Amino acid sequence: MRSPILQSATKYLLPILLLFSFFLLLRGHYYPGGGFVGGLVASIAFVLHSFANGTEATMKILRRKPLSLIPIGLGVSTVSMTAPMLFGLPPMTGLWFEEPIPVIGMIGSSLFFDLGVYLVVIGVILTILFTISLNNLTEKD
Amino acid sequence: MLLAVLSGLIISLLIIPFGKLLTTKWSFLLTILPASLFLYFMSYVPAISAGSSFLQHINWIPSLGVDFDFKLDGLSLLFALLITGIGTAIFFYARTYLKGYIFFDRFFGYLCLFMSAMLGVVLSDNILLLFVFWELTSISSFFLIGFNNDNSDSRKSALTALSVTGLGGFFLLAGLILLGNIAGTYTISELIDARELILNHELYPLILGFLFLGAFTKSAQFPFHFWLPGAMKAPTPVSAYLHSATMVKAGIYLLARFSPILGGTDYWNYPLMAVGGFTMLFASIHSLFRIDLKGILAYSTISALGILTFLIGLGTREAIIAASVFILVHALYKATLFLVTGIIDHETGTRDITALGGLRKVLLPVSIAGILAALSSAGLPLTYGFIGKDLIYEATLHTDYQTLGWILNAVAIATNIGLVAAGFMAGIKPFVGTLPKQFENIHLPYKSMWIPPLILAILGLVFGWFPGPVGDFINHATANAVYGSETDMYLKIWHLNIVLILSVATLLAGTLVYFVNKPSPSKLKAIEKLNSIAPQRIFRGYANDIMRFSRWYTDLFHNGYLRSYHLKIILFAELLLAYKLWISGPITLDLEKITTPSFYEIGVIVILIGALYIVVTTPSRLTSVVAMSVIGYCICLIFVFYSAPDLAMTQFTIDTLSTVLFVLVLYKLPSFINHTGKAILYRDGIIALSFGVIISLIALRVWSEPISEEIANFYGENAYILAKGKNVVNVILVDFRGIDTMFETVVLSIAALGVYSLIRLRLKSTEKE
Amino acid sequence: MELLLIILLGLLYAAGVYMILRRSMVKLLLGIMLLGSGTNILIFLLGGITKGKPPVIDENAKIFQDAFADPIPQALILTAIVISFGLTAFAIVLLKRVYALVNSDDLDDLNTPEEEDI
Repeated sequence: MRSPILQSATKYLLPILLLFSFFLLLRGHYYPGGGFVGGLVASIAFVLHSFANGTEATMKILRRKPLSLIPIGLGVSTVSMTAPMLFGLPPMTGLWFEEPIPVIGMIGSSLFFDLGVYLVVIGVILTILFTISLNNLTEKD
Repeated sequence: MLLAVLSGLIISLLIIPFGKLLTTKWSFLLTILPASLFLYFMSYVPAISAGSSFLQHINWIPSLGVDFDFKLDGLSLLFALLITGIGTAIFFYARTYLKGYIFFDRFFGYLCLFMSAMLGVVLSDNILLLFVFWELTSISSFFLIGFNNDNSDSRKSALTALSVTGLGGFFLLAGLILLGNIAGTYTISELIDARELILNHELYPLILGFLFLGAFTKSAQFPFHFWLPGAMKAPTPVSAYLHSATMVKAGIYLLARFSPILGGTDYWNYPLMAVGGFTMLFASIHSLFRIDLKGILAYSTISALGILTFLIGLGTREAIIAASVFILVHALYKATLFLVTGIIDHETGTRDITALGGLRKVLLPVSIAGILAALSSAGLPLTYGFIGKDLIYEATLHTDYQTLGWILNAVAIATNIGLVAAGFMAGIKPFVGTLPKQFENIHLPYKSMWIPPLILAILGLVFGWFPGPVGDFINHATANAVYGSETDMYLKIWHLNIVLILSVATLLAGTLVYFVNKPSPSKLKAIEKLNSIAPQRIFRGYANDIMRFSRWYTDLFHNGYLRSYHLKIILFAELLLAYKLWISGPITLDLEKITTPSFYEIGVIVILIGALYIVVTTPSRLTSVVAMSVIGYCICLIFVFYSAPDLAMTQFTIDTLSTVLFVLVLYKLPSFINHTGKAILYRDGIIALSFGVIISLIALRVWSEPISEEIANFYGENAYILAKGKNVVNVILVDFRGIDTMFETVVLSIAALGVYSLIRLRLKSTEKE
Repeated sequence: MELLLIILLGLLYAAGVYMILRRSMVKLLLGIMLLGSGTNILIFLLGGITKGKPPVIDENAKIFQDAFADPIPQALILTAIVISFGLTAFAIVLLKRVYALVNSDDLDDLNTPEEEDI
């Protein structure tokens, strides 16, 4: 599956797809998209890269094990869930900044919740696929 | 009193953690428990003899009428003294008997539990509390019978005993609840005041029936007697304690306790006399043909219990006094005989009376105990048994029934002739005659084993000589408690009247039977046939049928093949759903609701069905995976057509990733093999298709119902106002139903961790190799 | 179109049931996935299908001006799709591991494990 064309294509595709996935995440509250879809698209980007360049190369780009994304994502979601409690509100109450931020739009706690979902989805899918493919490699040897 | 009752329970609980420390050396500490309880109850004797009684009330579950109500009167005290007194002897004895046994601690745990439960039965003043303890005695008896749990006979006997007594307990509970509901109280002392109300109630015969069933099963009355001989599989101290002296008398206690409340009517008297009379004669004849010492004792115990039931049924003042004396007489001599049998078994290794003989030469103190007990059981003058027998005859003679009285008297005499012979067989036969060679090296066991039976036997003699003090107590206290009015009869050593003549005649006839009757295995077999009248066979057959049925059922439903489980579950679901569809009536279709599909929609669905066909039929793994992804993409298109962009995107990406996943894992596996025959394929195809049809019909039915749009409108209206979002699906996911999503991500994380650890685990195990 | 979808989901269920009645572990897994898809379609259909009106509020409006597709089944199905991926992944790895140990895809071979180290 290692073709030079795919290898050089993924070099550009990876950042573009990642950007697209992030875009899906941010606009999820207003248009079709959101944490799940964004996370899935981002994982597809990494999987595509790993197909072209090998799983080890993708792992290098990630710098860390995808497994570590899971606790980070769960943590972000939990914090955004419980943050309203600091202000004496019941958990999961939506908190919003007064003014919209350029490009992104309105920012609220639910965006951070979605961000957590996004990270968990990436972590879960890459963990599953990369462990399997790394395992396949070791079995071949 | 509460502490006295519960102390055994507490100790048996303590034995669980500390049991292993309980070596034989320290186990004498345990005997302190029954001994001190015995002394405690002894201290009540003067007061109770003087006619007072003691009550204790502690709230437990007042709303259900279940409280710790204890009452100590003459009857309770007699039983409490028996339980703790004989208990002390048994505890001493069992320490040596079971020396070095691995489950030593467990045995004493059960024994303490039993003692506690039995005390609870006789002291409870609340009928529901009484029932709780009643069942506890059954349970501890179950454990003790099945004590040799590696022996299948033991287990079977334990189960039989538990099921028979448990069945009786079930009826007893029903009877007690009825009784409590009619009288409006569950306290025994108050039930007596409601006597008239209960006797005139239309359910009175039913209550009696239930109560009798409970008492008869517990006290092994015909036709439920068959569990008691089986219960002799228990270690001998247990047989002595539970299955002759105390537990089996719980049924008698129950009858005695309730006779002032329910007794004195024809409904009460005749069944008890009939069942008791038949049981005592039946079992007494049976006991003559046993060759196993414990078998003889078991049947003579059943016979004695029959006598007690009979006497309570007779219900006259003399009968009650006779019963209360006989309870004590029987407990003393029967426990002795059992303990003696235990020693013989322990030392010679056999209980076959045809093989035993002449043991007095080697086991002198034991033989004294045995012979004394046998004489007491025979009712020789100057033993306590004589007084007991005397009273029984007197009771049968002094009845209101003229001719019936003579018949009853004849039955009692016949029974006693049998019992005399049986007592001689068990207590004298092993010790007289010539000593077989193989037993010559036997030596006397440790004294803690032979002293308890000797004391009990001597007590039987002492009470017989000085009936005064004991008699006073039993007379006044017990009989008053049962009969309800003052009794003024005194026990005498001698009666020079027809009763004495009858007693002597009985003794002579019994001795004659003893010399004439030579039990042998062939006779045993012949008499065993008589037992087939009893429901024992029905019971066993029923148990076997249940076993066979469950085996058949297990084979049918748990054959270990996953697909056959699936098949059964699906078939069942189909039947259930089809039935539900059937009763819900015809489906009415609103044709206007149906939209016409466009050309490309039909195209997508056709492709989907084609891919489905390929998935089902293809022999190639890869083809099926590709077809699966085609199905996924087609579904994705359906989502696109019908305004679900979020779903479409998710389905699309997940489908891609699933395909990657399958390819990563499956390319190594072999292609499908087809093991199954054509017929089974068709069968499965039909089942699957009918399942599909049923689901379609249900979908059609539900779809044709009007939809409530309330919830959808709520989300639609509030998505922006409350959550500042315009993509309602996303708003539901991250805001309205955020906690669901949170847990969904947790589930996903667990799946990922599962995959990760499964593969890691594998890597590690290969590394090890 | 609704009738077509009803027939389709019946077929998906039938195929799924047929597959889980087979001996192969892979077919069992595929059968479960087919049942899952069938259920998704069922929920989607019962929510009422609407063409071209996604549950997204107009740019300039605060609430829906028009009829819209029911968002609840969609949210449910979205969750179901993602969860079923987790299930599939776990099952497939389990299957792979079982295959490596007993060297067979046949469910019946799991009944009588030859070695104790499974």
